[in-house]
Amino acid sequence: MSLSSVTTEVVDPIPGAEAPHLPQQPDLVQLLTPEGERVEHPEYSLSISDDELRGLYRDLVLVRRWDVEATALQRQGELGIWASLLGQEAAQIGAGRALQPDDMAFPTYREHGVAWTRGVDPLDVISLFRGVDNGGWDPVATHFNLYTVVIGAQTLHATGYAMGVQRDGAETAVLAFLGDGATSQGEVNESMIWAASFSAPVVFFCQNNQYAISVPLERQSRVPLYQRAAGFGFPGVRVDGNDVLAVLAVTRAALAAAREGQGPTFIEAFTYRMGAHTTSDDPTRYRLASELEEWKLRDPIARLKVHLSRSGIADHHFFDSVERAADELATRIRSGTVEMPDPPATAMFDSVYAEQTPHLAQQRAAFVAYHESFEGGER
Amino acid sequence: MSTETLTIGKALNLGLRRAMEDDAKVVLMGEDIGRLGGVFRITDGLQKDFGEDRVVDTPLAEAGILGTAVGLAMRGYRPVCEIQFDGFVFPAYNQIVTQVAKIHARSRGKLAMPIVIRIPFGGGIGAVEHHSESPEAYFAHTAGLKVVAVSNPVDAYWGIQQAIAHPDPIVFLEPKRRYWEKAAVDTDATPDPLFASRVVRGGDDVTVLAYGPMVKTVLQAAEAVAEEGRSLEVIDLRTLSPLDLDPVFESVRRTGRCVVVHEAPVTLGLGAEIAARVTETCFYSLEAPVLRVGGYDTPYPPAKLEEEYLPDLDRVLDAVDRAMGF
Ligand SMILES: Cc1ncc(C[n+]2csc(CCOP(=O)(O)OP(=O)(O)O)c2C)c(N)n1
Repeated sequence: MSLSSVTTEVVDPIPGAEAPHLPQQPDLVQLLTPEGERVEHPEYSLSISDDELRGLYRDLVLVRRWDVEATALQRQGELGIWASLLGQEAAQIGAGRALQPDDMAFPTYREHGVAWTRGVDPLDVISLFRGVDNGGWDPVATHFNLYTVVIGAQTLHATGYAMGVQRDGAETAVLAFLGDGATSQGEVNESMIWAASFSAPVVFFCQNNQYAISVPLERQSRVPLYQRAAGFGFPGVRVDGNDVLAVLAVTRAALAAAREGQGPTFIEAFTYRMGAHTTSDDPTRYRLASELEEWKLRDPIARLKVHLSRSGIADHHFFDSVERAADELATRIRSGTVEMPDPPATAMFDSVYAEQTPHLAQQRAAFVAYHESFEGGER
Repeated sequence: MSTETLTIGKALNLGLRRAMEDDAKVVLMGEDIGRLGGVFRITDGLQKDFGEDRVVDTPLAEAGILGTAVGLAMRGYRPVCEIQFDGFVFPAYNQIVTQVAKIHARSRGKLAMPIVIRIPFGGGIGAVEHHSESPEAYFAHTAGLKVVAVSNPVDAYWGIQQAIAHPDPIVFLEPKRRYWEKAAVDTDATPDPLFASRVVRGGDDVTVLAYGPMVKTVLQAAEAVAEEGRSLEVIDLRTLSPLDLDPVFESVRRTGRCVVVHEAPVTLGLGAEIAARVTETCFYSLEAPVLRVGGYDTPYPPAKLEEEYLPDLDRVLDAVDRAMGF
C-alpha cells in the first residue's frame, strides 16, 4: 500500500501524515461499513448468530453508557480522573469477545470495554479512578490483568505469560493491549522481539486512536503501525477499529493462530479517541473540532444499529430494552460510586509483601497508635 | 526593579523563556510539551515563539529522550528534558545513571553533560498510581548527578536558568502540588546561588529541614507552634546533591535539635544521610537524636489514603514534640 496514492475527501485523521482515511484503505479489514452495510472480506469471514449480533450491540451501548456516567461522576467530583473509551467501544468489545474463557488479557488503563467482556464489575474499575485502590477486580479469576499505567510495560508481561502458557502446553492465547504512542517505548519493541524469538502465543492489539495525549501518530511512526510487525517477523493486520464485526473476526483468527502454535500477530485497530485523553485533558489545544465531526460519521454503535434494523435482526422493542438496561447500569454505577466506602488507612501496609517484614509491621503499629492518639478530639 | 507576582508554574515558564533567549543552544524536549504546553502547561507558548526545533514534542519514549539528550549535549546543545510525571522517569533511569551521570568522569572531563531533567514530583494531587512519587534519593545516590528541588516561585524562576547554564547534569525537581502557589518575583534581582540551602525562618528550639513541597508544610507548622511559644528554625535545603549543610550545622549547634521532613519514604531517604552527617558533625551539641518525618515504607497509596501517607502539619509537630521531649 502506498501512503501517497490515496485521495482524501474526508479530513486526514493524522494531520500532515497523508494517512489514508478509512473507506479508501485497501489493507483495512472491514465487515461492516460506516453506513451499516455488511460486506465480505476474502480472508476474514465471520459466522455469527443474530443473538450474538444483538449481544454485541448491547455490549457497545452499555459500555458507552458506563463511560458517559463515569465522565459525569468525575465532573461532579466523585472520581479523581477518568480515561474515556468513547469511540473505541467496537475495538474493545470486538477484541474482548474474541477471547476464550482461559485466554488472558493485559490491558492498559483504557480497556473498560474489555473489562466488561471479562465480567469485571464496572465498580471495580471505577474504584481505581476514585482513588480507592489500584483496581478492585481479581486478575487471576477474571483472566484480566490489572490496569498498567506505565506505558507499554504490560506488553512484556503478556509475552512472558504467553511463554508460560507455551511451556505448559496449554491451549491458551494472550492478548496484549497497547496504544499507538506506546509503540515508541523500548519495552514494547523488546516484547515483540521476545514474542517473535520464542514464537509466544501472544497477540498485540494496538488501538491506534490517532493520538498519544496531544501527540499525533506521525511523531511515533513513519509507516502504518501494522507494517512494523513485518520487521519483527510476524504478521500485522489493520482492522477498522470502529467495526466490531471485523475486530471480532480478526482477533479471533489471531488468537486461534496463537493457540495453534503459529506465534504472535500484531493487530492495529484503526480508530479514534472521540473524547479527551482523560478528564484532565483539553483536546481543543491540539486538534480541530472538524476532525471529531468526521469521525462521528464512523461511529461504531450507529453502524451496527443500522445493520441490525435494516436486516430485521432487531426492532425497536430490542433497542428500547437495551436503553433501559443502560439506564439501570448507569443508576447502579452512580449509586455504587457515591456509596463506595474509603479504604481503611492501614490497607497501605497490608499487602506490600507476601511475607510482612518486622519493620513494616512496626511502622503499621506506630501508625495505628499515632492515629488513635487523636481520637476524641485534640491531642 | 521589575517585580511580578508569579505562580511556580509561570515562574518556570518565564525562566525557561529567558534561558532560551540567552542561549540558542537550549533545546526543550519532552512528551506533549509543544502544542499542548505540557500537561502542567510549564512550557505553554514556548513552541509557538521558539519553533518546533527548540521545543520538541518527542515520541513516547523516556529512554529516547535522555539518550538523545546525551548525543545532543555532545554536539554542544543544552537539552532540557521534561519527564511528564515522576513515576515515568524509570524507562530513562538506565540512561541517566549509566550514561548521563558518568560520561564526564569516563571521558576524563573531555565531555560535559549540561542536561537538565525536569521532573514534577511528589503527591497531594489525588492522582492514580505513578503520578505522586518522590524519587530524589535514587538520583542523589548517583555520583555525577546534581539534584535540586525548588519550593517557591523565586527559586523556580532563577533556579531553572541557573540549572540550564550549569555544566553538569541536574535533576530539577518541581513540587507539582505547589505549581499554583504565588509570590512576588523580582526579575532584576541577583539570585542566590543554586547549590545553597537557605534559612527561611529563624528560631531557637528545633531546626526543621525540608525541600520542595514540604517547605510550605513546615512553615505552617512553625507558625502554628509559634502561638504556643515554641520557635522553629526552618531551612529550605534547595540542593539535595550536593547537600549544603553548613547552615544546618550552624543552626543545630544553637538549637540542639533537628527534624528532617520529606514526602519520600524515610528508609534510606535524604533524611538518613542528613541525620548521619548532622550526628557526625554536631554530636556534642545534640540534645536529641535527629528525627525523620516522611512517607511510610509502602508504595505510594491510592489517592483516598494520600493524606494519611503524606507528612502534614500534625506529623511535623509530633516530631517536634518528640525532639523537645528528650
Ligand atoms: C512511561 C510513561 N510515560 C508517560 C506516561 C504519561 N502518559 C499517560 S498516557 C500517555 C499517552 C499514551 O498514548 P497511547 O499509547 O497512544 O494510548 P492512549 O492513551 O491514546 O490510549 C502518556 C504520555 C505514562 N503513563 N507512562
